[in-house]
Amino acid sequence: MSERAAKITPADGEEQDDDQITDSATPDAVTEVDTDADAGSEPTPKPVTTGAESVIRALENAGVEYAFGVQGGAIMPVYDALFDSDIYHVTMAHEQGAAHAADAYGIVSGEPGICLATSGPGATNLVTGIADADMDSDPLVALTGQVPTAFVGNDAFQETDTTGVTTPVTKDNSFSSDPDRVGSDVSEAFALAREGRPGPTLVDLPKDVTKAETDREPDEPRVPETYEVQERADPEIVAAAAERLENANRPVMLLGGGVIKGEASEACREFAIEHEIPVVTTMPGIGSFPEDHELSMEMAGMHGTGYANMAITHCDTMLAIGTRFDDRLTGGIETFAPDAELIHVDIDPAEISKNIHADYPLIGDAETVVEQLRESVTTSPKATKWRAQCQQWKSDYSMAYDAPEDEPVQPEFVVEALDEATADDTIVTTGVGQHQMWACQYWTYTEPRTWVSSHGLGTMGYGLPAAIGARFAADDDQDVVCIDGDGSFLMTLQGLSVAVRENLDITVAVLNNEYIGMVRQWQDAFFEGRHSASDYHWMPEFDKLAEAFGAAGFRIDEYDDVADTIEEAIAYDGPSVIDVHIDPQANVYPMVPSGGDNGQFALAEDQL
Amino acid sequence: MKRGLDGPKPEERPTPSGRRNEQGIRIDPEVEATHTPRRTVISALVTHEPGVLSDVSGLFSRRQFNIESLTVGPTKNEAHARITVVVEEPDPGIDQIKKQLRKLVPVISVRELEPDAMRRELALVKVDADRPDRVAAVAEMYGGKTVDSCPETATIEVTGARQKIEAAIETFSQFGIREISRTGTTALARGTDSTGASDSASTADEVLSAETANQQRTQSPTHSTTDD
Ligand SMILES: Cc1ncc(C[n+]2csc(CCOP(=O)(O)OP(=O)(O)O)c2C)c(N)n1
Repeated sequence: MSERAAKITPADGEEQDDDQITDSATPDAVTEVDTDADAGSEPTPKPVTTGAESVIRALENAGVEYAFGVQGGAIMPVYDALFDSDIYHVTMAHEQGAAHAADAYGIVSGEPGICLATSGPGATNLVTGIADADMDSDPLVALTGQVPTAFVGNDAFQETDTTGVTTPVTKDNSFSSDPDRVGSDVSEAFALAREGRPGPTLVDLPKDVTKAETDREPDEPRVPETYEVQERADPEIVAAAAERLENANRPVMLLGGGVIKGEASEACREFAIEHEIPVVTTMPGIGSFPEDHELSMEMAGMHGTGYANMAITHCDTMLAIGTRFDDRLTGGIETFAPDAELIHVDIDPAEISKNIHADYPLIGDAETVVEQLRESVTTSPKATKWRAQCQQWKSDYSMAYDAPEDEPVQPEFVVEALDEATADDTIVTTGVGQHQMWACQYWTYTEPRTWVSSHGLGTMGYGLPAAIGARFAADDDQDVVCIDGDGSFLMTLQGLSVAVRENLDITVAVLNNEYIGMVRQWQDAFFEGRHSASDYHWMPEFDKLAEAFGAAGFRIDEYDDVADTIEEAIAYDGPSVIDVHIDPQANVYPMVPSGGDNGQFALAEDQL
Repeated sequence: MKRGLDGPKPEERPTPSGRRNEQGIRIDPEVEATHTPRRTVISALVTHEPGVLSDVSGLFSRRQFNIESLTVGPTKNEAHARITVVVEEPDPGIDQIKKQLRKLVPVISVRELEPDAMRRELALVKVDADRPDRVAAVAEMYGGKTVDSCPETATIEVTGARQKIEAAIETFSQFGIREISRTGTTALARGTDSTGASDSASTADEVLSAETANQQRTQSPTHSTTDD
């Protein structure tokens, strides 16, 4: 038996028995729910009577509008409390989708996305999505049901050690054991998810705790005292970094996902433009700087543009903001920006000198620190020659491709056509693979929070559920487009049922090459073309499958179809799927082989 | 049809001559940065709640930090516990450990102890008791106490710095050791210096250029001192 004593409090709030133990093994006293209360007209919400109600109240207090999840035994009390709430619950077809949807909601809105699952398999199905959010520092709150406390540790039905399983992939998690505290635990998880470096948090909710009676309102969302975030960087280092920048001959700004999360895009744009510094982004940093601007060198790294990789390889001063120097960005450490002194801005001190040594560590909030730098940098670096060199590289290594009429449709063409058919603020989500890279390379991003992808974990199947979550966070007149791969789409396409039920206006373009193409590309390059398990010639007809779900289905086989079909699909008011049959042999270039030298990117297979 | 992009081939491009070492530090040909591992004691004050120890140990294993011992126990404030970790890592690794530890929500403060900190370990050594008088003599030599004896065995408790324990065990081995149990190191800072105080040095650490960090490193091989 658990040691926790639940206060049994009558609905009128008068305490009668402080010591009564709620035994999960025996049926609980029926909780009185005041069903007649017309909550809408009441000035104050009706008082909390159960742990579950305090959980929902905590979410309401935090301003939560949407939650994504799947029902189940251990989470039922929470869903029961949700029934009376104005929070709109989106029932997903799979918990992985719930986590991805919540993750994408967090990326687009900047506020933590909420996902719910029951204990055991529900909770473990969330894990991929939680790990994904963790790698990308996305704000997310996962609430999982748990077996009653008395059964915990006994291998009860649908029991999993959820906090144990998720410890390595959450910013923080907790097992909530006290009905009086459970709401506050959720408030705290919400605050922690978005404070400082954002990330996923989880609260495990044993059924007896959520069922137990309590009249305790949750505390306001507040991070624990032990969690401290430094906002402003050390002024001395700022001054030194500013001097370094002023004296740079070959400066580059490298903008990571932290720029977008820290709402520093505007400040970075102004800084770069004021001092005419070429800008490179990481993959999560896409959208932080307008790619149609002259100073933009676009994305660097394994499949970054040739000119971005030349710029980061040859710079003498790098102002890196909100990036963790993932190996997909750096390539081999020895050859990463080998001549550059590094000014590194990050809110997480542990990112400083973790992979690349920072000569000027600036710990603090991205926007604040960029403002500090703006005040300190008084003369622009003299880099006319360097900027000319960067422009030269842009034309030397331009992202051009051939698209002969009589050949199968090239994927780059499709991505560009989609971009053309939609407005600048369109949100793009993707799966993982070649299509994701083409979506990076051939779509011109100009706004933060419009690029939604699985960067750090590289989760196939991310695209569709992310589009669902993004749709709820997006403005009504904003388009949401998912550029997916056939293999990736197949992993989570059950989410189509959700999109149809909710009538979500999203367009999925499946770049169908009947391969898990990225693997096929690597096999061709590094495994002598032995296509072990990468050949997917058994793909369903995605347009028909979409129709079976109740969505609109389209198909593209040749160039002549592209523009019209895309237009029709985008115009369709509801979920639509375009099965785009692309050249199965198309490959992604440039490419830096893993661990390679960014400056030595290959432009074709024979250069690998 | 062409497969690939246009542009100068890799061998036709300029390449910078600089390099970084595996810790991402630019290699200054004058001062080649080398990072040899050193042993040090990290002391963390944490909130005394379930799961903290697994958070901490999980962090070490997940990030592949080379951990030598880890001890945990309550402090004078019953809401707090102290975790003492002995690690052997190159300096950048030690820095990462401190920073990653500090990120855990239940962690209140983290500091690396000075080389002169008091470090103690306890060992129970069970030996064959064929020659009880000699066992007692060795025990006395190391300030040990016999905590159990029977005609066949004697169990001696030894406390002290790690080197002393090691030396004691080495000496006891002449009698035939049956079993050993060791606690791992626990430690406190000397004098009025508070072990709980957050190690603010680490933010300042970053200011050091690779070169200065390197010089420091060669000066401070941490070895136990007066405690032996
Ligand atoms: C869940 C998951 N499993 C496996 C992988 C390994 N993987 C990376 S890319 C890729 C191929 C993706 O194929 P597809 O979605 O069809 O996209 P394409 O590369 O063909 O555009 C695979 C299998 C992964 N990233 N995620």
